[in-house]
Amino acid sequence: MIQWTGVAGRSTLLATVLWLGGLVFSTGAAATQELPRIDPHAGYQSEPGISEYTETSAARPVDKSVTRLSERKGPVSTTDHAKLKELEGPFASGPDVTRACLGCHTEAGHQFTKNKHWTWRYDHPVTGQKLGKSVLINNFCTNARGNEGMCAQCHAGYGMTDAKTYDFANQENIDCLICHESTGTYYKTPPTRGNKACSVMFTDKPAIDLVKVAQSVTLPGRNNCGACHFYGGGGDNVKHGDLSSVLFQPSRSIDVHMGEDGENFSCVICHVGEGHEWAGSRYNMVGKDTKGTGKPGMPRDTATCESCHGHDPHPLNLVGVKLNDHTDRVACETCHIPTFARGGVATKVAWDWRTAGRLKNGEGFKLEGYTQGDGKHRHTYKSIKGTFAYDENVVPSYAWFNGVVDYTTIDTRFGDQRPVAINKPLGDASDPDARIWPFKLMHTVQPYDKGNNTLVYMHLWGDNRDAFWGNYDFGRAIERGMADNGIPYSGQYGFVETVSYWPINHMVTPKQDALSCKQCHAREGRLKDLPGFYMPGRDSNAWFDRIGILAVLAALAGVLLHALLRIVMRARRKG
Amino acid sequence: MSKRHVLIFNRFERFWHWTQAIAIFVLLFTGFGIHGLHPFGDFETLVSAHVLAAVYLMVLWVFAIFWHLTTGSWRHYVPTSQGLLRVARYYAIDIFKGEDHPYRKHFWRKHNPLQAITYLALKLVLFPAIWLSGLAYLSYGLWSQGAMTNGALEWVALAHTAAAFAMLVFIILHIYLLTTGHSFAEHVRPMVTGYDEIELSDVEEAYLRQDEPGRLRR
Repeated sequence: MIQWTGVAGRSTLLATVLWLGGLVFSTGAAATQELPRIDPHAGYQSEPGISEYTETSAARPVDKSVTRLSERKGPVSTTDHAKLKELEGPFASGPDVTRACLGCHTEAGHQFTKNKHWTWRYDHPVTGQKLGKSVLINNFCTNARGNEGMCAQCHAGYGMTDAKTYDFANQENIDCLICHESTGTYYKTPPTRGNKACSVMFTDKPAIDLVKVAQSVTLPGRNNCGACHFYGGGGDNVKHGDLSSVLFQPSRSIDVHMGEDGENFSCVICHVGEGHEWAGSRYNMVGKDTKGTGKPGMPRDTATCESCHGHDPHPLNLVGVKLNDHTDRVACETCHIPTFARGGVATKVAWDWRTAGRLKNGEGFKLEGYTQGDGKHRHTYKSIKGTFAYDENVVPSYAWFNGVVDYTTIDTRFGDQRPVAINKPLGDASDPDARIWPFKLMHTVQPYDKGNNTLVYMHLWGDNRDAFWGNYDFGRAIERGMADNGIPYSGQYGFVETVSYWPINHMVTPKQDALSCKQCHAREGRLKDLPGFYMPGRDSNAWFDRIGILAVLAALAGVLLHALLRIVMRARRKG
Repeated sequence: MSKRHVLIFNRFERFWHWTQAIAIFVLLFTGFGIHGLHPFGDFETLVSAHVLAAVYLMVLWVFAIFWHLTTGSWRHYVPTSQGLLRVARYYAIDIFKGEDHPYRKHFWRKHNPLQAITYLALKLVLFPAIWLSGLAYLSYGLWSQGAMTNGALEWVALAHTAAAFAMLVFIILHIYLLTTGHSFAEHVRPMVTGYDEIELSDVEEAYLRQDEPGRLRR
């Protein structure tokens, strides 16, 4: 039994109420998020195609982040790749560079072909589920499968147009540069061009100087990981909520670890690993780290807070001792990330696919109905995707979580419960391995197979008449998406409410900004709906308190009566 | 027979009584605040103050228990049925007739029988209840076994809250009873100055004059 609590974030959503004539839609009785309406008077921009991953296919700011914990806080490599004759080029293509890399790094290719950034597969050791980008369905753009021509822009390899037929054994197709280059000039575009309307994604791209890029390789900085991970779900901070372009060059107040005026950590300081396998995947998280810092000299092998800070990180004073008592049941992130999507970049919190496909003069269009903290406008409607809502400085939702996530996959037949949980963090208060964790909740209304009660694969990307992004026909897109993958389809699609859970781990604040006790220890606190345990300040037995208060009132009434009687009797005696 | 001002509450006893009173009021206020029964104070501040006051009281009690045992003061609390009914009858009936309190304080027995048995119950039942539940509450981090002790904390909290309500009831009655018999001020004064007016037999007076002259006010 999973139990949840939801706490509404700061309602910047409500401020973005827009309305477009003729585009009245109902969010449905059970819809949990207020979606923006579309304004008929607001200007709209015609969008020939999509511009989703323009950020990923553009130059980025390069950070000089710390990639190794050392006093020098600078590179400590024994090799300057710019001096290697192997990297003098010329290189005609990415795979050319990879061949050069593998010439010296003889084991790297084999190592990386096991990594999920390459395989897009993950076999869950606990639930046994077959997961990974190549098969999963989410409640953003829903599925990469069948849309690799677009989505594999973020595959760490070259030319994956179809995960079913891609040669995963060919190490020369590994894209070493996207993770290791440090010039900020290397970028990737989608492997295929899709519908002709999508050409905007490929125009005006500067040529890449592969020699310069290859000679710049180093351990990954934030700009390497962030190029994809900050843009998951189709734009800046869309998916995670705690991973945005703000983290390229954050201040300490946004992220105490990555802040350039602080530790200036790169991602790999926490996401430790050897041999191209590293810690911190959210498919199977460490819900509760019982090892902590380990003994002196023991290596860190997880991305947990405890692997550096231990189990008793608070000072040994009156409050600190009590806080240390919390670490067995409350994840560090719960108090130390009071809000996410900070620093001016919003995150998407709701999506309604039902409105997708509206056209103006026969063309798709987009509306920018939300202005985020840094002044940038965000799309609240796109013909290719539907209607969105955003939020910033969001108060997380909290749930018990033991690290294991259960997914609704393409072959899961769900029941009548709504919303359908795209993924469910498992655990509850009675689970010794579970702790209270913060989550971003994403609420979506998305297509599903009405006859079979399953999610669907949609064929979104492609230069054909079935691709939704171009032809705007759900029926054809689903029919094709299911057929291409041999998934049974009833032929009847509808729209279903879904929710997904995104564990919040980044944007840890400086300690003075952490939650104070009363934000949870209160009747109406952040954990007011989280069941299964007694929490001082929140819980009480109503009847028990009533009896106690009655006893006190009875004592007061008794002495008052006694006193009154004494006064009356004295007056009578005197009278 | 003569009425003399005799020292019946020595300095430690008065210190104990008043700082304990302050601590108990702090504990009641912060405790009920933590429990959410009033909106005053920040949870962290309330808990810190509650813990500090509790630790202070525990230390004080260690000294008080030692004092009771080594000075023989524990004898003041030995219950007796002698005169108990008359005192009870006084509070229930005779007080309204304007009669005097039946108990005459002795320098070697400072509480009336009803008082003695009440304080004994306080010290043997209510205080241990509040300390044991409080210590269990305070040390939760030491004995909690995560999920397995989810329910236990609730029982500890219930017991502790029950004891707190009982404590508040005691305080209401305790303060009210100061208004009975003599005046309120006359009841409070001995606990401030230490001296109370007590009827001494000639032998008692002679003894005090001879052996404990400091206990007699000139």
